[in-house]
Amino acid sequence: MDTRLFRLAFLLMASQLLAICASGQIYMTKTGQTSFFSETPLENISAVNQQVAVLLNSANGEIAVRIQHRAFTFPNKLMQEHYNENYMETEKYPAASFTGKLVEHIDYSKDGIYTVSAEGSLDIHGVKQKRVLKGQLVVDHGQCTLNCEFDVKLSDHNIQVPTLVIAKIAESISVKNKFVLTRKKNP
Amino acid sequence: MLKTTSVLFFSLIASVAVAQTDLMKQLEQADDSTVHYAAATFKGTRIINGHSIETVGKNNMDFIISHRFGAINSGAGNFFGLDESQIRLALEYGLTDRLMVGIGRSSYQKTIDVFVKYRLLRQSSGLRNVPVSVTLFASDAHNASTSTPDLPFYTITQRQTYTFQALVARKFSEKLSLQLTPTIMHRNLAEKLLDANNVYALGIGGRYKLTKRTSFNAECWYTPKRIGNTTQRDPQYTNTLSLGFDIETGGHVFQLHLTNSRGMIEKQFLGHTTGKWSSGDIFYGFNVARTFSFDKSKNRSNSNGY
Repeated sequence: MDTRLFRLAFLLMASQLLAICASGQIYMTKTGQTSFFSETPLENISAVNQQVAVLLNSANGEIAVRIQHRAFTFPNKLMQEHYNENYMETEKYPAASFTGKLVEHIDYSKDGIYTVSAEGSLDIHGVKQKRVLKGQLVVDHGQCTLNCEFDVKLSDHNIQVPTLVIAKIAESISVKNKFVLTRKKNP
Repeated sequence: MLKTTSVLFFSLIASVAVAQTDLMKQLEQADDSTVHYAAATFKGTRIINGHSIETVGKNNMDFIISHRFGAINSGAGNFFGLDESQIRLALEYGLTDRLMVGIGRSSYQKTIDVFVKYRLLRQSSGLRNVPVSVTLFASDAHNASTSTPDLPFYTITQRQTYTFQALVARKFSEKLSLQLTPTIMHRNLAEKLLDANNVYALGIGGRYKLTKRTSFNAECWYTPKRIGNTTQRDPQYTNTLSLGFDIETGGHVFQLHLTNSRGMIEKQFLGHTTGKWSSGDIFYGFNVARTFSFDKSKNRSNSNGY
């Protein structure tokens, strides 16, 4: 009985793995673009990162995003230094990440524009938050473009702003993402 | 039946969990194949008097105001030195992220200095392992004071003093950075009888971060009394020791310190330091650096600092 059961379980796991490997395509990019914007009457702050790494598994909709803080470029280099040194503590927390799953089931073989949402955990500054992020997925000849905008509240991730500059940094930062994902070639 | 479902259920969970951590693992592994540069070895382009390996960013300009007040042991009548001060004003600009130029004017001997600084090597880990950062520095100081019988100038060339440095620094941890600065200085006119034209010196400096926005800095400039048979410096001049704090607020870096040198450029703190720590002959001083950005390539509604 037991052996039969385990054989069944094993078969099931194996078939799932096979399913992931065979039908599931990994879509990826290493040059995704993430930018953020902080707007206050006193000052606007913006930065762009063009080296965002993203993996998307089309079989089960799983998605992983990793954003290196050091790769954000600011027009003002001192700001860039302060972003890393004082606010994100990059030495301790080098990257922000999102791991989750697309809620909708997408047919990646069919070109089109899909409204999608991803449910998962957003990790910034060592603090994880459960989030549902809404966006748009454009499938075009085997290439997926994922657009997503969301807000990050500094207090949600324990990012402290000294009172001296509190009027210059928004409490909620808007983040824009554009990831052009291509099919990963099997090694 | 219950057993069957639970086994099936856990096998499902297990495979999902494996897949998900797998995606993240793959991304993290990709990180190792990139170069990580050590950033912010020092907060400012100066440790205290001397330069640090840092340069200002591309199209950024620093406006630096430096003061050294009078000697602390000059007594209550001189308000312990606060009644008078030496000043240096400077504009320093980043041509690229590695190359910067600067021009400054010191009230001491009415000196105009120009310099160029280039980041040759950047400390990095990951794909490329470089243990130290190296920056090269060259400057010319022009003494614009009027020619006097004590210090007569006959040509413009005589007024120039050149300094060449190789700044070698390592960020040992997030908090501790140390720097060695071998220096050669050439003065076209040795102002005192015993002064040599060429002066060889070594700077040792470092910082220790106390909080995210403050650090404790120390800096010492050592010049051997003689090299071979040549006396390098008139004995009335001494080596320089400076202790201070860096405090950072938004677009400014404040450096507050105590030093036995009133000069703020190489020519002066290597060659003209008269104060002695042992007799309280020290000066309170500060550097304030404000950074402005002139980067037009990125869309921004305001272009100055923050």
